[in-house]
Amino acid sequence: MSAGLHNFSYMNGYQQVAQTVREALAPRFSVVPARRTRTQRRTWLDTFDWRLYRAGLTLEYVTGRGPAELVLSGMAGERITAAANGTRWPALAEALPSGPLRDRLEGVTWVRALLPAAKAASTVSEFRLCNADDKTVAWLTVEQLHAAEPAAADLPPRLSVTAVRGYQGQAERIARCLAAQPQVLCDGLPALDAVLATGGLAPGEYTSKVDVELSPAMPARMALAAVLLQLLDTLEANVPGTVRDIDTEFLHDLRVAVRRTRTALKLGAGLLPAGMASEYRPAFKWLGDLTTPTRDLDVHLLTFAAGAAELTSARPEDLAPFHDYLAKRRGIEQRRLARALRSARFTTLITAWRGALTGLTPQREGPDAGHAAAQIIGRAHRRVLRQGNAITPESPPESLHDLRKRCKELRYALEFFASLYDASTHRRAVRELKGLQDCLGTFQDCQVQQEEIRVIAAEMLASGDASATTLLAMGDLASHIGQRERRARGEFASRFATFASRPARARFRALVAGAGS
Amino acid sequence: MKILATYNIKGGVGKTSAAVNLSYLAAADGLRVLLADLDPQAAATFLLRVRPRVKGGGTALIRGSRELDKAIKGTDFERLDLLPADFTFRNLDLILDDTKKPTQRLARLLRPLAAAYDMVFLDCPPGISLLSEAVLHAADLVLAPIIPTTLSVRTLDQLTEFIDGLDGHRPGILAFCSMIDRRKRLHRQIMEQLPTERKDVAATAIPALSLIERMAVQRAPVPAFAPRSEAARSYARLWAEVRARAG
Repeated sequence: MSAGLHNFSYMNGYQQVAQTVREALAPRFSVVPARRTRTQRRTWLDTFDWRLYRAGLTLEYVTGRGPAELVLSGMAGERITAAANGTRWPALAEALPSGPLRDRLEGVTWVRALLPAAKAASTVSEFRLCNADDKTVAWLTVEQLHAAEPAAADLPPRLSVTAVRGYQGQAERIARCLAAQPQVLCDGLPALDAVLATGGLAPGEYTSKVDVELSPAMPARMALAAVLLQLLDTLEANVPGTVRDIDTEFLHDLRVAVRRTRTALKLGAGLLPAGMASEYRPAFKWLGDLTTPTRDLDVHLLTFAAGAAELTSARPEDLAPFHDYLAKRRGIEQRRLARALRSARFTTLITAWRGALTGLTPQREGPDAGHAAAQIIGRAHRRVLRQGNAITPESPPESLHDLRKRCKELRYALEFFASLYDASTHRRAVRELKGLQDCLGTFQDCQVQQEEIRVIAAEMLASGDASATTLLAMGDLASHIGQRERRARGEFASRFATFASRPARARFRALVAGAGS
Repeated sequence: MKILATYNIKGGVGKTSAAVNLSYLAAADGLRVLLADLDPQAAATFLLRVRPRVKGGGTALIRGSRELDKAIKGTDFERLDLLPADFTFRNLDLILDDTKKPTQRLARLLRPLAAAYDMVFLDCPPGISLLSEAVLHAADLVLAPIIPTTLSVRTLDQLTEFIDGLDGHRPGILAFCSMIDRRKRLHRQIMEQLPTERKDVAATAIPALSLIERMAVQRAPVPAFAPRSEAARSYARLWAEVRARAG
């Protein structure tokens, strides 16, 4: 078992590595070839949003002379392998052979699929590094990588020294001796990073969050344009995955980018040239509406197992025809959505929108970002307070739905301008808002789901797709969802009271005032 | 995690050779293996090229699992680690005697290793002592090498009686004939009879071969430096029986 790792790049040819290492380590350590040089193909896998990378994990699909293998390695020396014959990428973790590797992955990847992030051919030689007793104290791996994706390139040989357990001190000494060689660079860059760099990429680059760096003094219009351009990038990045139906989160992220764009167009209309917001708002509404049916069905299917487990008078298997019906409907809706995302209408919209955003110039005598942000957030906050205060136990569900929309607008506005504020104060404001949003979200989702169950039950009954047992189970399911809805409704008053409390309002005012300064 | 102890009341019967070769074969079979050298002579430690030194000695080791974890060394072989011996292990009896429930101490110390290892081999010094009692408490299976002489067979009976007399946990026993000299009629006779007469004796016998003695020159397990030798094949057969018994 091994622990500790030192990575280097070797600036001479692959053939000279052993000689250089021998000379660097003599006479204290000897270098003994350990295994035959082997050639492999390495494919690095991660989710589109780099969940493994962010969790400090690296997953590789390795093919060579033996059977294909999946290798999961962690920063603390964690290493799990599994046979992977016949796996086609992209694949969900649940599609991999059962075992410790899949168990470890499922907790990290969630509902996201694993897809190739980089590919390379690799030639590897291994050497034992031995002390005076001829005891192996460390392993030296020499690897020549020929990157294939994202770009074809030969990388300098990579050296890594791994300590044998209990010999960390001697391995450190070996690493220091190697580092002192002029041909050896201590770049420590992991292989994945080095291969990605051939295409000018870096791991962890994609995020669905808004993370635009703004300054309070910049023209507000340019700040809004920067936010909208990033949202457009996110939207476009998720189109191929949505069309190919790789996993449900591509559509989710695309949809959120559309909603954020619509909110920015609504709240920031005054900062844009006359007519621009009113021209594009209907176009993005069309795009948003296009995504709704598939996403609603995704939510149903993603929460299906949990809902089925809650049934009291019915068995989970009674719901199988309902599940099949949802899956069939989702397939139809997804194909419809994919067609729309490949349509000329969509392409024209995206091209024109990017053109419009990149063509924006600062407003003459327009506000700066700090003041505009304070105004937009302040207005959105006041709207939430006004609408929330008007809600009583007797208010119709629509009033809570409207409030949910206002909360989303406020949340997005906070996210757009986050870089203008003190991070911890901003985080707290978002957290307080999120508490209210969660409650409103549960309430509305439960309402929508119950209504959909009613509609689908009627359709299935009419088409003869459901037995009485299935319909009863669907009723049971709807009743549990109804209980959740009532709980959320009951919690609303206290959640809103916390959000609208005097100290919370004061904190919000202080936050907003901070941006202009 | 299965704990196997190579142990016999009698010394010089091939305990360490068996512990080193079997632990190597277990690791080669894909198991994560720890070989704990509890014998202050440190023969297993020497054979695996590790220096016989544990920081804080036996006292530190018996005190806590953290010290034990820190003392473990990787060997030259994949998945095989070693807890090296230390000269202070000659006092393990006295050190154990100073602890609460001394006979259960070793089992308790080894328990946290279950996440990291599938199998632990304890290479024990000969004799009957507090340490051997602690080893028998910890072990799931005792591997007892016996030289096929009447006296050695008597020691197997003594060992069986000793284990039967233990309170609480009692390990299984798998004895095997060791250091067989096929030129001696008595060796051949006992080697053939014992496995048929007793269920606790393995069918495989380990011959007395100079190659096994060469382990001390090569400082490596026999299957590592002479994988096709008769000695390596004998240990492989014995490992198959041990694995089947250990479950």
